[in-house]
Amino acid sequence: MSKPFLSIERLTQKFPDGQGGELTVFEDATFGIEKGEFVCILGHSGCGKSTIMNILAGLAEPTSGVVKMDGFEVSGPSLDRGVVFQNYSLLPWLSTLKNVTFGVRARFPDWSKAKVEEHAREYLAMVGLEGDVVHRKPSQLSGGMRQRVSIARAFANHPKLLLLDEPFGALDALTRGTIQDELLKIWGGTEQTVFMITHDIDEAILLADRILLMTNGPLARVAESVEITIPRPRNRTEIVDHPNYYAIRNHLVQFLGQRSKELAGQPSGGADQRPTAVSIDKTEPPEKAPEDPAAPLRAVNE
Amino acid sequence: MTKTLSVNHKAALLSIIMLVVGLLIWEAAIPAQKAAEELTEYERLTGGGAPKAGVPPPSQVLAKAWEQLSNPFYDAGPNDKGIGIQIGYSIYRVLTGYFLAAMVAIPLGFLIGMSQVAYKAFNPFIQVLRPISPLAWMPLALFIIQDSEASAIFVIFICSIWPMLINTAFGVAGVRQDWVNVARTHELSPIKTAFTVILPAAAPTIITGMRISIGIAWLVIVAAEMLVGGTGIGYYVWNEWNNLDLTSVIFSILMIGVVGMLLDAAFGILQRAVAYAE
Ligand SMILES: Nc1ncnc2c1ncn2[C@@H]1O[C@H](COP(=O)(O)OP(=O)(O)O)[C@@H](O)[C@H]1O
Ligand SMILES: [Mg+2]
Repeated sequence: MSKPFLSIERLTQKFPDGQGGELTVFEDATFGIEKGEFVCILGHSGCGKSTIMNILAGLAEPTSGVVKMDGFEVSGPSLDRGVVFQNYSLLPWLSTLKNVTFGVRARFPDWSKAKVEEHAREYLAMVGLEGDVVHRKPSQLSGGMRQRVSIARAFANHPKLLLLDEPFGALDALTRGTIQDELLKIWGGTEQTVFMITHDIDEAILLADRILLMTNGPLARVAESVEITIPRPRNRTEIVDHPNYYAIRNHLVQFLGQRSKELAGQPSGGADQRPTAVSIDKTEPPEKAPEDPAAPLRAVNE
Repeated sequence: MTKTLSVNHKAALLSIIMLVVGLLIWEAAIPAQKAAEELTEYERLTGGGAPKAGVPPPSQVLAKAWEQLSNPFYDAGPNDKGIGIQIGYSIYRVLTGYFLAAMVAIPLGFLIGMSQVAYKAFNPFIQVLRPISPLAWMPLALFIIQDSEASAIFVIFICSIWPMLINTAFGVAGVRQDWVNVARTHELSPIKTAFTVILPAAAPTIITGMRISIGIAWLVIVAAEMLVGGTGIGYYVWNEWNNLDLTSVIFSILMIGVVGMLLDAAFGILQRAVAYAE
């Protein structure tokens, strides 16, 4: 069996619960992500999404289990895994441009100063930041602009894997839309693999190839892997007309609203906890649809 | 026109009025004192009747200031040097002791701020040593170092080390984990992280500590020089008091204030340069 590009194997995370006991956030979580894939993970607040992402980034160590990228075990942070933090994490004493060159210099230490700056400006321009704005400090930028800088900083480093933790959570709908489009544009032109946390269902459908659904914690599970069977390029106003859109959306809403609670709190009993693959496709004639283990799950939308 | 004056202008005007009124009251109060014609026996014996012994009026102090500041660097022997030379000695001692302290306090503060173990290990010593009046070290310093100049510098060293040490440790320990994570995801070495992330992040707190330290050092140098003698503004004040030259005493007190203010202002500029808004 060939391993996926990113392979999460039997990941377990426990924290002290503050009363002498242990809190198991998730147990034996096992899933993979293919090269070039855009994967979103959806789940209620507190279920352990950020914990998973910090482990993928190498910023935190799991209690047990391994993460492998390209066959190599992840140990500690790496320039191959770029992170866009929820709160942007720009360095406030540096200008916008310097925040990006900071990353580029770390990635390409033998580049000349001029080349580093040119590269940084190119990526800032890609997210719509040009001209005098690049000399402003983060405190002089709006939330949306800061998030763009953060995305430019991550993309400019050409990481093999891009990790985004609720990157648009604090933005207004309009700004959100623009940056989503920019993210898709940059991702489309590269070989990059994206793993993104969100709690916005529509955002996930617009962006993702596949959505991982997490049940509530403690003892959360990555319960399902839902394929987004809507062809690209997608456009936020047109995808709603696609026959699969509402079927997928209802499935996700149903999961988050109900089954995320029902499926919560089950110990793994030592077995790998793999997500069930779900593919909802209304464009095919129903009689041709093959029976698969996901069929009962599909029933809820029909 | 007066109605459109800004807050700054109003304040400046008020300051000048207070200064003028204060000086006038002072000036007016002096002749009354001199008019007390009947000096007691005691006053006559202690020099109370001598012209120099009375508190001088501001006009006299201003004249003195003009005289001193027009030739600040003359040197006419050990007990008669210009005010510029005396202040120069004091600043030299303060800066020497201060920079030695910074060279110890800032790296040590980094260590304490980064490491829980180092913090806990150093803390008891800091807590005991910090409240000691710097002048209490003077006899010990004189005995061990055997040199009054070096002892004065040592006293400056010991008094300016604490605010810098504590603020550096505090600033370094308080650097946001997010920023450290940025350094980590960019695979920066510990040295690079220290210089490109932790130092700029903690700089405002560190500079605040340095500003407090320079203020304390300037307070202490005057007292230290009164003890060790020889040169410096502290010695100058004491010497003029022994000469009963109160005009010079008042003038030098004012100079101490002005130099202290300038030192503080310099650090104020530095503080603004490293400040950042989140
Ligand atoms: N360092 C930690 N120590 C103890 N508990 C933690 C720690 N980090 C996260 N948790 C707990 O783990 C759970 C998952 O947190 P998190 O991954 O941040 O959730 P999410 O990102 O999905 O909202 C929460 O219950 C949280 O309280
Ligand atoms: Mg989170």
